[in-house]
Parts: sequence; structure tokens; C-alpha cells
Amino acid sequence: MIVFWRKIYAKHDNVKAYTLLSPALILVILAMVVPMALMLSFSMFTQVSMMEIDYTFTFQRYIDFFQKNLLVTLLIKSIKISFLVTLITLITAYPVCYYIAFYVKKNKMLWLVLLTLPFWTSYLLRVFSWKIILGTKGVINSSLINAGILSEPLTFLMYSETAVVITLTHAWAAFALLPLYVSLEKIDFSFIEAGRDLGLSRFEVFWKITFPLSLPGVIGAILIIFIPTVGDYVTPALLGGTDGRMLSNMIQAYFGKINNIPLGAASATIMLTTVVLITIIVSNVTKRLTQRLT
Amino acid sequence: MNNSFIQINNISKHFADVKAVDDVSFEIKEGEFFSLLGPSGCGKTTLLRLLAGFEYPTSGNLLIDGTDITALPPDKRPTNMVFQNYAIFPHLNVEKNIQFGLRKLGLSNDEIDKRVKDVLLLVKLEGYEERFSNQLSGGQRQRVALARALVRQPKVLLLDEPLGALDKKLRDEMQLELRTLQKNIGITFVFVTHDQQEAISMSDRVAVMNDGKIQQLSVPNELYKNPENIFVSDFIGETNFLKAETKSSDGEFINVSIEGLGEFKIKNNLNIAANSSDVVCSVRPESMMISKVKSDWDICLDAKICQTSYLGEMTRFYVEAKGIDKIITVSSQHFDNQSFENNECFISMSLEDISLLNKK
Amino acid sequence: MNEKNSTLLIYTLLYFGFLYVPVLFLPIFSFNDANYMSFPLAGFTTEHYEEMWSKRNLHKALWASIKVGVVASVVSTTIALFAAKAFARYKFRGEKISYGGIMMPFLIPEIILAVAILTIWINLGFKLGLVPVTIGHTLFCTPFAMLILIARIEGFDFSLEEASRDLGENAWGTFFRVSFPLYLPGIVAALLLSFIISFDEFILAFFLTGSDATLPMYMWGQMRFVQKLPHVLALGAVIIVFTTFIVLLAFWLRNVGQGKAKKDIAIKL
Repeated sequence: MIVFWRKIYAKHDNVKAYTLLSPALILVILAMVVPMALMLSFSMFTQVSMMEIDYTFTFQRYIDFFQKNLLVTLLIKSIKISFLVTLITLITAYPVCYYIAFYVKKNKMLWLVLLTLPFWTSYLLRVFSWKIILGTKGVINSSLINAGILSEPLTFLMYSETAVVITLTHAWAAFALLPLYVSLEKIDFSFIEAGRDLGLSRFEVFWKITFPLSLPGVIGAILIIFIPTVGDYVTPALLGGTDGRMLSNMIQAYFGKINNIPLGAASATIMLTTVVLITIIVSNVTKRLTQRLT
Repeated sequence: MNNSFIQINNISKHFADVKAVDDVSFEIKEGEFFSLLGPSGCGKTTLLRLLAGFEYPTSGNLLIDGTDITALPPDKRPTNMVFQNYAIFPHLNVEKNIQFGLRKLGLSNDEIDKRVKDVLLLVKLEGYEERFSNQLSGGQRQRVALARALVRQPKVLLLDEPLGALDKKLRDEMQLELRTLQKNIGITFVFVTHDQQEAISMSDRVAVMNDGKIQQLSVPNELYKNPENIFVSDFIGETNFLKAETKSSDGEFINVSIEGLGEFKIKNNLNIAANSSDVVCSVRPESMMISKVKSDWDICLDAKICQTSYLGEMTRFYVEAKGIDKIITVSSQHFDNQSFENNECFISMSLEDISLLNKK
Repeated sequence: MNEKNSTLLIYTLLYFGFLYVPVLFLPIFSFNDANYMSFPLAGFTTEHYEEMWSKRNLHKALWASIKVGVVASVVSTTIALFAAKAFARYKFRGEKISYGGIMMPFLIPEIILAVAILTIWINLGFKLGLVPVTIGHTLFCTPFAMLILIARIEGFDFSLEEASRDLGENAWGTFFRVSFPLYLPGIVAALLLSFIISFDEFILAFFLTGSDATLPMYMWGQMRFVQKLPHVLALGAVIIVFTTFIVLLAFWLRNVGQGKAKKDIAIKL
């Protein structure tokens, strides 16, 4: 008997691999897949009263979502803010990665560790820090007023969409830096030199050679920034005010004070679907862009 | 002595659609120094790993000393392996590396110490107990790997191209040492290499492999003098191939027409069919003679030297011989590259040095 | 690569400033003798730190975070270790799907994860508290630990494990005597970084802790009140220092032993 099992076990790499993988897979299934499936089914129910839920399946929640102006606006705003944040983070982080990849010779690792160090400190604390900086009595305003440059504080810096975008650009920078750096690092500098040698201007070399080659990293960075930003709760809650609210704040309300779990679940599902769709679109578009540019 | 100490019965190993080992069967004798020889990808390492237990055969079975080990995991087999890259544990010193495999044997501490001391003496590494892998040279690491395997006193020692990473001089020395070692301790060695010189100088018998199959299994002399097919003939040593056709059979001999040279009676060791053009003749460079004057050997041809390779102990001459349209290689310990003015010479061969082979 | 590009260098340094300055303000203002975070600085004081030490709720929350962090990091690193071995060592059917599946918690917005776990937890009739938080954190940390460990294992020489098997050790023995000691720096790095992730994590805790606050939850509660602000700054500063130290340690460990494998000191025979 033992010999029989021994033979099967020895023969199949699949068996060995899945034995090792089983705890991870079980964890993912029990703690993620099942809960999300449940949430999906909840999105099809109706909250009748504070304690009661009607368990008949219906798509009404989804219709409700798209009928509520507020929700649709928040969805679009969340996407818009994420898009802005992604773009700005990408553009501001790119030159830094470029510098480290091509101009730093010694201790590249050190530079990267130093760059990413701030991001290991609590996200909550960092958002809070921005609250200190951007507030009406905060660092920026008090310094400028004291220096005589301003007579009144800048109010748009706090409790606004602007505040959210600025904070998030800081929050996710590390996530952009790493994949960008990795793909830039892989580019052989001699390609760039060859481009210059062939008479291309600096800009042309960048746009036609460097950038296309760095696209895998760009895609990675886009996805890594965009996805968590869409669902961000803390930043809009702490310094978004009314203007900077995002969808996640509403979802939290539905699961909390407002107590409409089915609608909350539906909102969450819609958010997830949006994220997945955009991910797929971005991957495909950049793939085609890569093919065209290279 | 057990002549079928290791039995390999119809062993095949397929990886996806590649037949790494294709229905191979043979036996290894107890106490033998046996080599698996062949080019990269011929299946020799796979076969070794099948013996060790790191691969599981697609079909067939393996027996060592009468026991079917096919389903046994590596730790339960009476074999030990010396790995190509030595696989010395970097976090343990030499002594602990060697002791590693003794824990499971249930020996007393004294026994363990004694065995370790003895084996260090055997591989000439006394005094190196405290060193770590990164403080050893390649040759020293190889000895540690050897010691670590031998200290367990396995029935069979498997060696996976252990000398490949060493420089030539060291390799030659180690070849001699391994051979002597094996004879002294009497363990069956199964040795894998792609270096035919290594195989034929060290082994009792050699199995030449190609494309997952055994091409020929014999003692080194036989492989060299009487190769059974083109592959073996070409792989072992150097040879010249001549176009030929068999004519009529004559008992042990057969009449063969060799291009440009005429018809001769050649010994038909391999029972090659008569009237076949699917044959080839093979003559080794060192069995041919190069000379300044005509000789009285069976075949003597005018020739012109195109190139020479001076190798110190001998010289290789690349000649164009009258009647033969390809370059012939002749080696000589007598003449060298300075010997022939205007590159004119004679080359001679004896009929008993010509082998007849199937073209396959 | 011989050029120097000072424009880029200046830009990079400015960017560094942009990244670091917000983080550095917390320690700066934590010593400020005032309740507002504005310039000019009022004076140096350590009273906020003393205040921080005295808060019982803070200690409770800290202890809760440590408990959750330790459990989540140990469990997720263990699970990740086995999974990493599977991906690094074997080729098998369904490899890509399994990989994607295990990485998923990392790739979807955390709030969705939080809300989903909340739903099932409540509907199973359980109470909110540190347990669902720990489960959520474990789920979230596993893909991360796995990435670190896959990199570590891929750089590992497999013939060492084969040698161990050949020398008589079974799979478990090989793991304990050979693989584990050599993976150890990577394992510790994964443990430390997972711990930090769990320690700082807010969203899952927000939805799932109920009345048992973790440290981020405590801070969130305090952030609403201006008077309570200063000691939160002190707390923040301490956390930053602590986190930085652990992260540097983890990064150092990640690289330990990797260099050794590539170094070969040749000594003449």
C-alpha cells in the first residue's frame, strides 16, 4: 500500500506542488473567495429595516446605484482622482527612477531603500502629516502668513479634492518607483547612446527608445497605484471634506450608520468590477502601444 | 562477485515529448568502475539520477543487489551521489558536512568520529575539518563531496561529471586518484562523463549513450578498436570515414569496395550484409603511417600534406590522398611538422586496422 | 554612463525632500510646546511623550497590535514559505492561476476585502474583534511574504536539497537541517516586513475590530480631537523610528547570504 502511494507521489510533481500550496489556497478560498462570493450574493438582497433583510434575489440594488446621483458621481470622482493621482505620481517619479537607473553607479540599492523607507511608516500617519501641512493653521499656511507672503490662509489646500490628490500622490509614490526602476534598469544604456549617435535629439531618444522599453514598468506602476487609490478610504475621510469624498466613504457608511448592507455590497461589487475592467483595458492598451512603438 | 549487481530493466524516462532515456537495459557488476559516456543531452545524467532516485522512471524498473529500488526515495536507497557542482552545505564546515549523512545510520559518536577521520585521510584532507565551503578550492570541495558520500559506505557510488570543473592537470591527477581509490575500497562506481578519454582511461566498462539509447557497452579496448557503429567510432578517439560498399561475403570476411582504393577483404565483426551501400569504413589516424617513401603495407597512397597540428607528443597531418576525395588525418610520433619538404608524402594503412560499420 | 546630469540630480533630491518632509514633521512637532502644528516652533518639550506613556488605552491598543502582528506575520510567512517552495521548485498545471489567486488580496482595493470579510463574519454569528482582523491581516500579508521568499528560494541551490536526500534525510529532515537554515534570513525578513504591514494596517482593522482597538484604530480615534493631538504626534514619531529600524534590519537580512553564494574564494591547492 505504502509502495503504491509512494509511486504516485514520486511520479507526480503536481501532487507535491499542491500539497505545499494547500494552506495558501485554503486561506485564500476561505478568507477571500468565499467572503467575496457572499458579499456578491448580499448585493442581490434588500435591506427591509434595521435588522431585517429580504433574501430574495434581485438586481434592484444595482439599478438603485446607478439611479443615485451621488453614488454615480462618487464612482466617477473616485476614478477621476485615481487617474489624476496615477498620472501625477508617474510623471513625478519617472525622472527619479531614470536618474538612479542611469546616473547612479555605486550603491543603487541604498538609494532605493532610502527612497522607499518613508512608505514603511504607517499610511495613517502620513495622511495625518499632510493634514498638518495643508491645514489652515498648518505648516504651509502658517509659514507663508508669517513670512508676509499671504494675508489669509489658502483654503483649497484642505478638505478638498486637491488635498486628496496631493496626499495620495505622496502616499503611493514608492509603488510607482519600484516597478519603474526595475524596467528602466533593464534597459541597456547603449541603446540610448546609439540613438544619440544616429542623430536623434534627447527628447526623441526618450520618446522613441527609452519610454517604450520602460513600458512594462509603467504598466506595473499604473496598476499598482490605480487599484488601491480607487478604493481609498482614509485620505478622503481625513482631509477630503465634502468636496473630496470618494466611493469608499459611502460604502463605509452603508455598512455602518446608514445600515444598508445590500446596497453597500452592490457598491463594493461595482467598484471591484470597475477596477478589473480598467485593469484589463490598461493592460491591453499598453500592450498594443508597446507593439506599435517598438 | 555479483555480475548483475545493478540491473537496469527497460528503463525509459520521458519529459513531455522528449525521450531522455529510451528503453535502456543493462547490468553493472559488483565492484566495477562503470562509466556512462556521451555528449550533452544523451541521457546519461538522467539515467544516473534515475538510479539515485531524483527522477522517477516513466517505465521499467531498477534493482540493486536483488532489491527493487524503483519506488524508493533517494534517502532509502543504498546509493550516494557526488554532484557535479559538489553541493557542499555552505552553512556547515567540512567535518559537519561529512558527518551529515551519518546521523541517520544510528552509529555511536565514536564510530562517527572514526569514520570521518578515516575518510578525510582517504581523500587527503586531514586538517581541513574546520573550513567552510567558501574557503576551499574547487579540487578540495570535490574531495569533500567525495568523502561525504563515501563515509556512508554505500553499495553504489554515483558520480555526476565530478571532474568537469577542474583544470586539466588537476583533472588528470584526480582521474588516477579516483581509480586507485575505487580499486582499494571496492565499491561499485557509476561514473558519468562526456570526456571519452576520461571514460576509457578510468573504467572497467563503458556504456556509450546517444539520444537516450545505449550505442555500445564494452570494455574500453573494444570500444576503441572495434566500435560497433558510426557514433561510437566517431565519439571515441579520432577516426577517418571512407565511403564503401560491401560485395560478396566470405565467411568471417567480406569483400568491400572502398572508394578510390579498390576491393579488399575486411573482417566482418558486425555481420554486415553483403551487397550493401549502407556501410562505411573507419580507420584511426594513429593506425595509419605517414612516410617519405613508399611502404609495403596493404594500402599505400601518394599524398600531399595540407595542414599539420603539432601536439608535442605527436603530430597530426591532414592530407589529401590520391583517390580519396576527403581530407585524411594521420598521426605520427615519428615525424613532425618540419619533416616534409614540399609537403609530399605517402600514407599507408593495414587491412586489419580498417573497421566496417553500418551507416545507420 | 559617464555624464553627470545635475538637473536630474537636483530634481531627485527635491523629490526626496517631498517624500521625507511630511514624515519628518511628526517628530519635529512632537517636541513642539504647543497644541498647534504651525511655524514658528514654540519651544522644546517632552511632555507629549510623557503624556503618551500614561494613556492606558494606548497601551491596550499597542498590545493588541502586537498580538495581531505576531500571529499574522508568523502564520502568513509559514504559509508563504510552503507556497513559495511550490512555485520556485515545481512546474505544475494551474501554476499561473494559483499564483494569481494567492496574489489577489494584494491586488484589489482593501476596502472590498474588509467589507467582504465583515459580511461573512457577522453572518456566521461571530463577534467582531481581534480574530477577524488577524485573519484579514494574514490574508493580506501572505502574498507579500511569498514574493520575498520566492526571490530567496529561486536563488537557492537545489542540489543542496538533493544532496541531503541522497545522504539519508527525508523531506522533513532536509527542510530542518538544510533548507531552513539557508532560507532563514529571507524568512526573518518576511516576518519583519509582514509584521510592519500588519502593525500599520488600518482599513481591515477599522471594519473588523469592533471594540478591540489596534494601534492605528486608537490613533484614528484620537485624530479627531485637537487637544489630544500632541501625544498622537509623539506616538507617531515613536512608531516611525521603530518601523524604520525594523525595515532597515529586514532589508539587510534580505541581502545576507545571497552574496555569499556568489562569492568564491579560490585558495591554491
